[in-house]
This record gives sequence, structure tokens and C-alpha cells, in this order.
Amino acid sequence: MNNKLKFHISKRAALPWYKAWAIRGAAILAALVVCAVVTTLMTGENPISIYATIFYGAFGTARRSWVTVQELAVLLGISLAVTPAFKMRFWNIGAEGQVLIGGLATTACMICLADTLPNSMVIVCMVIAAILAGAVWGFLPAFFKARWNTNETLFTLMMNYIATQLAAYFIIVWEVPKGAGKIGIINQSTEIGWLPQIGNQYLLSILVVAILTGVMYVYLNNSKHGYEIAVVGESQRTASYAGIKVERVIIRTMVLSGAICGLMGLLLVGGIHHTLTTTVVDGRGFTAVMVSWLAKFNPIAMIFTSLLLVVLSRGAGEISSAFGLNHSFADILTGIILFFIIGSEFFITYQISVRKSAGKEA
Amino acid sequence: MFDLVSFIPRAVMQGIPLLYGSTGEILTEKSGNLNLGIPGVMYVGGICGVIGAFFYEQAVPPESMNAVLAIGIPMLCSLAGSLLMGLLYSVLTITLRANQNVTGLALTTFGVGIGNFFGGSLIKLTGSEVPSIALSATSAYFSKGLPFAADLGWFGQVFLSYGFLAYLAILIAIVSSYVLKRTRVGLHLRAVGESPATADAAGINVTRYKYMATCIGSMVAGLGGLYYVMDYACGVWSNNAFGDRGWLAIALVIFTIWRPNISILASILFGGFYILYLYIPSGLNLSVKELYKMIPYVVTLVVLIIVSMRKKREDQPPANLGLPYFREER
Repeated sequence: MNNKLKFHISKRAALPWYKAWAIRGAAILAALVVCAVVTTLMTGENPISIYATIFYGAFGTARRSWVTVQELAVLLGISLAVTPAFKMRFWNIGAEGQVLIGGLATTACMICLADTLPNSMVIVCMVIAAILAGAVWGFLPAFFKARWNTNETLFTLMMNYIATQLAAYFIIVWEVPKGAGKIGIINQSTEIGWLPQIGNQYLLSILVVAILTGVMYVYLNNSKHGYEIAVVGESQRTASYAGIKVERVIIRTMVLSGAICGLMGLLLVGGIHHTLTTTVVDGRGFTAVMVSWLAKFNPIAMIFTSLLLVVLSRGAGEISSAFGLNHSFADILTGIILFFIIGSEFFITYQISVRKSAGKEA
Repeated sequence: MFDLVSFIPRAVMQGIPLLYGSTGEILTEKSGNLNLGIPGVMYVGGICGVIGAFFYEQAVPPESMNAVLAIGIPMLCSLAGSLLMGLLYSVLTITLRANQNVTGLALTTFGVGIGNFFGGSLIKLTGSEVPSIALSATSAYFSKGLPFAADLGWFGQVFLSYGFLAYLAILIAIVSSYVLKRTRVGLHLRAVGESPATADAAGINVTRYKYMATCIGSMVAGLGGLYYVMDYACGVWSNNAFGDRGWLAIALVIFTIWRPNISILASILFGGFYILYLYIPSGLNLSVKELYKMIPYVVTLVVLIIVSMRKKREDQPPANLGLPYFREER
């Protein structure tokens, strides 16, 4: 009783960035060690060869590297899309649906307009339709949030499944051949509506996302809009005292967020897969939430967080096939690493001081 | 002709996992924790039960299996697994004050990964080439209905034909509803979810309530996974078969405006929506079925919007839902 150690937790003054990143780095390192232990227990291989396998899975050949970078671009793009909303503390977990609906709009243009319009016009229509569809999917929850303060997390979550079922409906409507339950490669012979290739098949989406990253960085840090988003995120009351129209900022930002998601849908369907499935987004709408949050909403830092997750998932895919494990092993490793990084944020924001309490205090 | 007597039992069986999930999530959310990890927790609850049952079936020949052990071991394993998941979420969000959405999503990734991974590995352990594990002996204990159900015609089929976990789900929902609404513990819990600072000032241990609610909530939700595998799926674990039921359970929480007792009927209704497409004659057009599957989500969305528009006090989400509590930050 009299010599009990007491932990006292208090908020830190802002840490210098290098210390903050050192803590995060240490967390990732610790996570990698735990992952290595877990993998060793499962496979009996030594951890170094396992990490070598991960690296080989992600960058082993030129083609693998390209695919990895392309996957990185897709994940990064979706993460960029959700970031402005998150900075505003609008918890949009509906990127999955927003991307899918963009992809669905793209598919609709590719299939329905292929015989009526020239290729270039089809592509213009695809771009407009995809962005509009994503924007509408972003607008709806924002409108209800701004007007009636409807819980946006739950709203956007429901919108995901509505988008999924809509896509499932149209996939059966357009299925080729009848009864196959899938669309297959769209316009395989004519290649109408396929986005043009720059250099090789991977480069277009990578370039688009690279430009997007720069633009988003400037938009968030150097524009009036970006400033308004930051103020609304910190405190809605402060924002409205300062004369910022909070409702307008919420709706505008979510439309932007949805529109970028729609654009990613366009890239996925028109540029990469040339087909639509209900799982074309593959959970990346949810992963994007974590990428964006782990990077503290900084577009440049997001390049690294998304790289980490993409390499891990592709590498774990390689581990599973090399050591005969189930592919879900990637999810377990990702989970462990995420938990460590999430936990490490505590030590960045707060400091713990240990003191001995004299017996008199309760 | 719409066959109600066969439709209702199937809707109930679809609804029970949702009922477990939503009751667990309601308990959790009442403490102000929005646990988006529930889908992952339900996977873990299911697979842990499967692992327990698997090793018991391996160790003991079917004819000498003991009913108490056959039910007890999977149940304990399932509860322990989901408790660990709940603890993980609690440590991160309550003690370390991490963002709840991010933690929950990570928990779902992790839990689904664990479920599918161990599901796959157990299949390998059995050495067979089948794509799924079948634990029919254990399942028989779980899905045993009341012995006289068959003698009572449609009444027996509609009300008495389910395994004991189904009745347990309803019991848990009623008890949690009572506890939340009529007891001091429930009052405190609701206070913690509405305004932790006020609750703290009133001498309620906020951290303990949040931990308890989240962990118990997870354990209840985990039983949903167990029911799905052992009773609904007849002991067959196949990867990803559980599907998006976890998210549907979260939707159900909104639909029932945070009331476990309403959830009993609502989950059966949702279960009905889930399989409605099997019963509606849509001719040759398969595509319409996909639109029917959309109904639960659209209905939930409408309820969410109406509730927020009407601004009725008792229908609102807990005021501090999704926010961490830090005593020194006011």
C-alpha cells in the first residue's frame, strides 16, 4: 500500500517528427519480430528466409515489381480519396462502395456505348460517369450528416452493400455468356473503352495516382479548402464562429472524396482489369482507412504506409504458396503489424511518468 | 404458394447468428465503443469452437462421446477466443486510446484471417482432400431440437425445432435488455456511453465498465459464429462461408435502435430478408434476386435516416459512440 508504483498518463507536447517516426519505426520492427516468431511456429522455417521470401514475392522479378507498384498505386489512390474526409473527422468507411459504383458506371459505359460512339467519346463518357457515380455515393451520407447529423460511419457502411448488390445485379444482367454469372473481359476484340496504355500496361494508373498524390498534398496543406477542412476537423464550433459554412465544407469534401474513389473505380475497371466483379475492390476501401490514418493523413507518408501493406500482402501470398499455407496468412500478419502501429500511437501522443505514491494518497 | 411453415424456421436459423452479433454489439456500443471488429470476432468465435470440437472428435471415438464435453469444449473455446479478441480491442481503444474505427477494421481483417487460416490448416491436418471440415458428431449435439417437436406439427416446427443455442440467444437478448433498462449496472453502462466525463464525476469506474461491456459483448457475438458453424452449417466449416453476416449484425444494431429485445424479432426479419430471394418467384430472371438481397441494407439505411431526422432522445446512438475517453482532456 505505501510504496505502490503509480502510472500517471499525460498528453505530450508535440513530439519532433523524427522522434515520432522513431517510435513508429520501433513498433514496426517489434511487429516484424512477432510476425517472424508466429511464422516460424507455423512453418518451422527460419525467419530470415521468410522475409527473403516476402521480398521475393513483392519484387522478385520485373513483372512482380510492376504489379506491386500498381497495387500500391491503387491502394494509395483510394487512401488519398478518403483522406480529406478523415481530416474533417468524417469517418467515411464507404470507399469500398464508392470505388465499386465508379467501376460499375465505367462498365455501363463500356458495354452500352460500345456500338454507338467512337472509342474516344466512350472514354470521355466513362470518366464523367465514374466520377459522377462516386461523387453521388459520397454526397448522400454527407448531405444527411450535414443536415440531420446522421451517423456517417454506419451510413457509409450500408452504402457499401447497396453498391455491392447493385453491381451483382448488373453483372447478371450483362453476363457473358448467359448463365456464367460473370461479365468476362469487356470488348476483348475491339478494346473499346480500354484506357490507353502509356509505356506498359501498368504505368497509366501509377502516373495518375502520382499526380493525385502531389495535388492532394497541395490541396490539403496550401489551399483555402484544405485549411477549412482542418478547422472543421479540429472543432466544428470554431469553424462556424470563424465564418466557415460547416455544412458546405462537409458536403464539398465528401463529394470530392467520392469523386476520387470513382476515379479509382475507373482505373480498376477501364485500365487494369477490363472487367467487373463484386470483389474488384477487394477490401481496399477498408485498408485505405488504415493507410490514411497510420500516415496521419499526410499524402507523402501514405506512400510508405501503403507500400508496407502492399508488400506485406503480396509477400505473404508468396509465403503461403512457398510453404503451403493458406493465403489468409497475409491477413494475420497484416493484423499483427496494424495492432502494433495502432498501439504505438499512444506513446507518441501521451507520456507515462511513473511515480511512487506516498501511502496517504488514495 | 408461399410456404410459411418452412420459411419461418429458415428465417429464424438465419437470424440467430445476427441476433448474437447484434446483442453483443449493442452491449459494446452502449459503453461508447463502436466495435467494427465484430465480423472478425464472430469468425474467431466460430473457428475456435471448430478447433475445440475437432480435437475432441479426434481424441474420442464418436460412440463414446460425452454430451456435456461435446458441447462444453467447443463453447468454452469459442468464448475464450472471442474474449481474447474483445480484450485486444479494449486494450487498444480504452487503455491506449487508439482510434476505434481503425482498430475495429484491423480486428476484422485479423479475425477473418485467423478464421480462414486455421480453417484451411485443419483441413490439411485431417489429410483429406475435401474443401471443408465436417464435424457432424459434435453438430448433432448442438442442433438437437426438443424431442417432442416433431409430434406437434407446424407448431413444433416453427417454435420448437431449433438447437439450444437458438434459445440461448433469445434468453441473452432478453436478459441484456432487462439489465440495460432496469438495473443499476445498466444505468451506469448507459451513462458511460452517453457522457463518460459525467459518469466519472459520479464515481462510476469508466474504464472497468468499458472493458466489461466490450469483452462480454465480444463473447456474445462470438457465440453467433459458433451457432452458425455448429447448428446452421451442420458442423461444416468452409472458408468465407460466414460471409457478411457480421456487418449485417452491425446494421441490425441501428435498425433496432440499440434495443436487444427488439432485436429478437428484427434479426428473424433480417434472416427472412436474407433468404427471401429463395422464395420469391422471379421466373427465369436471376438478376432480380441480387436486388432482393439489398433489402436489409436499404431498410437499415432508411431507419438510420428517420431516427436522425426525428431526433427523439431515446432513439439516438449513445452520444459518445466512437470517441475515446481521456479524463484530463475536457
